[in-house]
Amino acid sequence: MNFDYTDEQNMLRDSIAKWAAAEYDFDKRRAALAAEDGWKKNWATFAELGLLAAPLPEEYGGLGGSAIDVSVVMEEFGKALVVEPYVSTAVIGANALKYAGSTAQKGERLNAIAAGDCIVAFAQAEPKSRWALNDVSTSAKKDGAGYVLNGQKAVVIGAPQACHLLVSARTAGSQREAKGVSLFLIPKNVKGVTTRDYPTMDGTRAAEVYFENVALGGEHMLGPADAAMGVIERIVDDANAAYMSEAVGAMRMMCSLTQEYCKTRKQFGRAIGEFQVLQHRMVDMFMAAEESASMALLATLKLDAVDAERAKAVSAAKVSIGKASRFIGQAAVQTHGGMGVTDEMRVGHYFKRVTMLDSTLGNVDHHLKRYMALSAKAA
Amino acid sequence: MNLEFSSEEIAFRNEVRAFIEANYPAHLKGKGLREDLSKEDFLAWHKILGKKGWSAPAWPTEYGGTGWTATQRYIWLEENARAETVPPLPFGVSMVGPVIYTFGTPEQKQRFLPGIRLGEVWWAQGYSEPGAGSDLASLKTKAVREGDHYIVNGQKTWTTLGQYADWGFFLVRTDSSGKPQEGISFLLIDMKSPGVSVRPIKLLDGGYEVNDVFLDNVKVPVDQRIYEENKGWTCAKFLLAHERAGIAGVARSKRNVEKLKSIAKSELGGDGKPLSEDEDFRRKLAELEIDLSALEMTELRVLAREHAGKGPGPESSLLKVKGTEIQQRLTELTLEAVGNYAQPYFRDFPKDGANAFPIGPDYAHHAAPIYFNWRKASIYGGSNEIQRNIIAKMVLGL
Repeated sequence: MNFDYTDEQNMLRDSIAKWAAAEYDFDKRRAALAAEDGWKKNWATFAELGLLAAPLPEEYGGLGGSAIDVSVVMEEFGKALVVEPYVSTAVIGANALKYAGSTAQKGERLNAIAAGDCIVAFAQAEPKSRWALNDVSTSAKKDGAGYVLNGQKAVVIGAPQACHLLVSARTAGSQREAKGVSLFLIPKNVKGVTTRDYPTMDGTRAAEVYFENVALGGEHMLGPADAAMGVIERIVDDANAAYMSEAVGAMRMMCSLTQEYCKTRKQFGRAIGEFQVLQHRMVDMFMAAEESASMALLATLKLDAVDAERAKAVSAAKVSIGKASRFIGQAAVQTHGGMGVTDEMRVGHYFKRVTMLDSTLGNVDHHLKRYMALSAKAA
Repeated sequence: MNLEFSSEEIAFRNEVRAFIEANYPAHLKGKGLREDLSKEDFLAWHKILGKKGWSAPAWPTEYGGTGWTATQRYIWLEENARAETVPPLPFGVSMVGPVIYTFGTPEQKQRFLPGIRLGEVWWAQGYSEPGAGSDLASLKTKAVREGDHYIVNGQKTWTTLGQYADWGFFLVRTDSSGKPQEGISFLLIDMKSPGVSVRPIKLLDGGYEVNDVFLDNVKVPVDQRIYEENKGWTCAKFLLAHERAGIAGVARSKRNVEKLKSIAKSELGGDGKPLSEDEDFRRKLAELEIDLSALEMTELRVLAREHAGKGPGPESSLLKVKGTEIQQRLTELTLEAVGNYAQPYFRDFPKDGANAFPIGPDYAHHAAPIYFNWRKASIYGGSNEIQRNIIAKMVLGL
């Protein structure tokens, strides 16, 4: 057992922190969010710093890193409130290719991702599917050597910036059957794909994606037909682990911002941090953030374990971190008083981000159910 | 003692319900959930009630109150919540009005009360300052007497909807020599006075609801001071107790529980069954309903005592704490209920026409903004921490 980060990982952390301090502070971030292509410069920097290449295999332009490298990147991203679609590209997109792609598919896409030339969005959720990965109505019907895609995907994070969409679609079976789901990696600009882009509450960009008789060659399918659920479960666990590290970074920032505020804000003739009721609250916040860091690490370290063990660890962490981030977010805002609900204070933006992260790829209740189901199966 | 409405009370409820159905402006139904309300929208129902004589039920009848019993007032709030009306804003009717009829001179009552009751004058609150929030008595906005005027200088903040205000009630410092509470006066200021400027503050839901108010050498006639000079803290505390008593919002929360139930019937849980059949969700909703019952019964007990001749006491802090906690839990559960579709941010999108943006179900569009916005409830009107201090000191004697 060893909890040390490598020198390379520490350097990775420092380089991101340095970049964020110089190029992604509150005002620069706000300006980048407001501009249509404000993300482009940041994305190019991610490529330069090797953040996109970090977790990718060396034979495809990557640096051969692990999920731990991703967690280092994501915790720093959480601190800086980075909204660029890193997870959907470097985790979901890249890992789907890694687990299920052919040599040709990997050669083409992974190199492009590592170089910063390709953004992937995960078109998985549907308007009525909530977080059930197996609930897939979007259909891909066999047509000669290829497929014809029809359906709608909901709240696809990163779709506005993406060049490629990773789509889950039903090639067989009924709406909620695990068997019969396939994965496709398709260029966004193929005929029949339309998107309606919008910002989300936390400044991320997303879209509703519509497929209307999209003709796909067989080479767009990732992995075997009808049997993608295993890969989908795996990449969603990978993504959740990454998002949880981001949440940890955001929670730590909310803790430190609140502590700073309490040291400087004076009422009744003294710093409000001297009041015990606020001290105890900040201690509870600190403890929740520390446990969250532990659970995010547990989930990350279990990503390569057998399926059930991995899934249980990720869902356990999602439950723990979902609750902690809600508590810390609410407490941080409350302790800032009126200032906490203003747009000009950073704390509220972290609160919004962790709130949205809870409803990304399954909230507390969803993962509590999944954990209980997995436990029952094991017993 | 019993909980049943008498036949007179049932007749009253029917009368109120029929009046609302016949008179509530159709264009306002559900409007607040589609877009920001205009000044006219906020005042429309208030003006109709003003004409009917129902805009200030709690006031003494000599100033235009209805003389209703506590039960009738309860029914009134229930029926308004049921119809989801835009109620008269609290700043005039519930806050400054009672201060004026309790502490004002006959001339002041005559000058200001009718405009408040009829919804002709929009009032704003000038209490908090950047350096004086929970510690309100440390306020620094200064009023210096010059002949028959005060010259007022300073800054107020968190002035809700102050961007629309015609008049404001302000706490100002008229004496700095003694205890902070003993040098405060209560002034009514015409917001059109030279030197008054208002700056809206953007909140984290993207809306503009509160404001900074800057006072730069504002000349205020002495006859716009309520009660004695340096005795304004008495008015301030009186007003805060009134504000708190109304903040619990039980009737509105009950309505929102019903709305949440209907959302839960439309939303599907992960297994394809409606969320309303999901055990975890049902348990949370049931617990919320039970806590809301406890609050409702407590509020009825407090109101009954109040009707027996005592104004709202420190017990109103209990209603504020519990009421706002329940409101916040409701916004939280609604956010959970709508799932993924909590994420899109719609504020800046066109509401009508070809470019309108109907993404996801209508009821989901406001779940996240309302959740974020309602974090304010445990902060405003005296933070819930301050309310607990009040209960500890004034009720428990600790």
